[in-house]
Amino acid sequence: MDITLNLADGVPIYRQIVNQVTYMVASGLLEPGEELPPIRTLALQLTVTPNTIVKAYHELEIAGVVHKRRGAGTFVSERRPHMALRDRRRVIDQRIDALLAEAHQLNFTTNDIIRMVRERKASMDEVTPEPAEVKGKR
Amino acid sequence: MEQTVVDVEDLSRSFADKTALDSVSFRATAGRVHGLVGSNGAGKTTLIRHLLGLLSATSGSVRVFGLDPVRNPVGVLGRVGYLSEERELPEWMRVDELMAYTQAFHPTWDESYARELLDTFALDPAKRIKDLSKGMRAQAGLIAAVAHRPQLLILDEPSSGLDAVVRRDILDAIVRAVADDGRTVIFSSHLLDEVERMSDHVTLIHQGRVALSGVLDDVRGAYQRSRIRFVEPFDEPPVLATALLMEGGGRTWSVVHSGSLEQFRHSVLTRGGEVVESRDATLEEIFLARAGRSRAQVKAA
Repeated sequence: MDITLNLADGVPIYRQIVNQVTYMVASGLLEPGEELPPIRTLALQLTVTPNTIVKAYHELEIAGVVHKRRGAGTFVSERRPHMALRDRRRVIDQRIDALLAEAHQLNFTTNDIIRMVRERKASMDEVTPEPAEVKGKR
Repeated sequence: MEQTVVDVEDLSRSFADKTALDSVSFRATAGRVHGLVGSNGAGKTTLIRHLLGLLSATSGSVRVFGLDPVRNPVGVLGRVGYLSEERELPEWMRVDELMAYTQAFHPTWDESYARELLDTFALDPAKRIKDLSKGMRAQAGLIAAVAHRPQLLILDEPSSGLDAVVRRDILDAIVRAVADDGRTVIFSSHLLDEVERMSDHVTLIHQGRVALSGVLDDVRGAYQRSRIRFVEPFDEPPVLATALLMEGGGRTWSVVHSGSLEQFRHSVLTRGGEVVESRDATLEEIFLARAGRSRAQVKAA
């Protein structure tokens, strides 16, 4: 499981794991029924305290993204995680606020930013298609 | 509910006329990793030496597994694995002799774990300690500290001066102690990203006192770093409620602050500014705000 931790952006490590696993499940990179790595394995891979993985898996379980099987491991649930539109908007709005504030400070207009977002997306798509398209499903 | 493994109450300690520890209280709970941070000379090593019974308290009390480590060194040290920055190892011994020697003190010695680590580290059992490189010494010391699967693992600046590979070996041993056996770990480090990754609890010692202590995520969540921008420039950092550390100049400042973001926004607004961006502070930013040079700090209003 390919998780990248960023210690500089102030997001707690367990939250970064929860967010990335949720994204991987929602985008189909992790399939329903697929087993997540054992706590020890992921803790060694990411060099984090095992209790952080315990906490992340627990949060994912509460959110219904994964479930535990007695005596076995932690598995991706059949039902795809579904964030309410309001919650999804909130995550993106926070990013937009920060982007607009910086843009204002650096003298870019809102139209400049919209154009730059499109250009950026186009250049990224040339290199790697969207993850959902890699798996051929939405 | 969590079992207390180490309980230090109001510990003070002086050397000659210098106060090394001043009313330090510290608790370590079972199955957790406790990171100790602080500048060199802040008192981390002095605290650890009390836990090992190498120093006795001037005042206050130290209990490890409910025992006084000075009065009951056997009861404490038999259940503790210890690795220090100095890695005090018997120079004349061969690696295999060091293993046999350490094993003799610890009936719980896990021979297969010791052998596995020797193999992983590619340590030559026939080599003498004095002929080992710095990294190999750390690896040999690490095996001696963990192979008896101690209930409490204490590491004092274990990564100091080591390359990335050996640092990783040490952190892996911490992960395994917790994941395999539910052991308790106390480790001090000046590498804050290491502490941030590995710790469940963090304690910051500054000038012999506990400057902050708590669950890492709670500590992190209690401080924010915000970028703010004012209409008019300031020559000196403007006074803002809850601000602990300010950097920048003119109209743009970067601030580490505690308390609620709403409160902070309000105090920025009253000085004619706006909060451009906010996020939880990193451990390093909190560390600098609470234990940095006083020049860079601002008095909380």
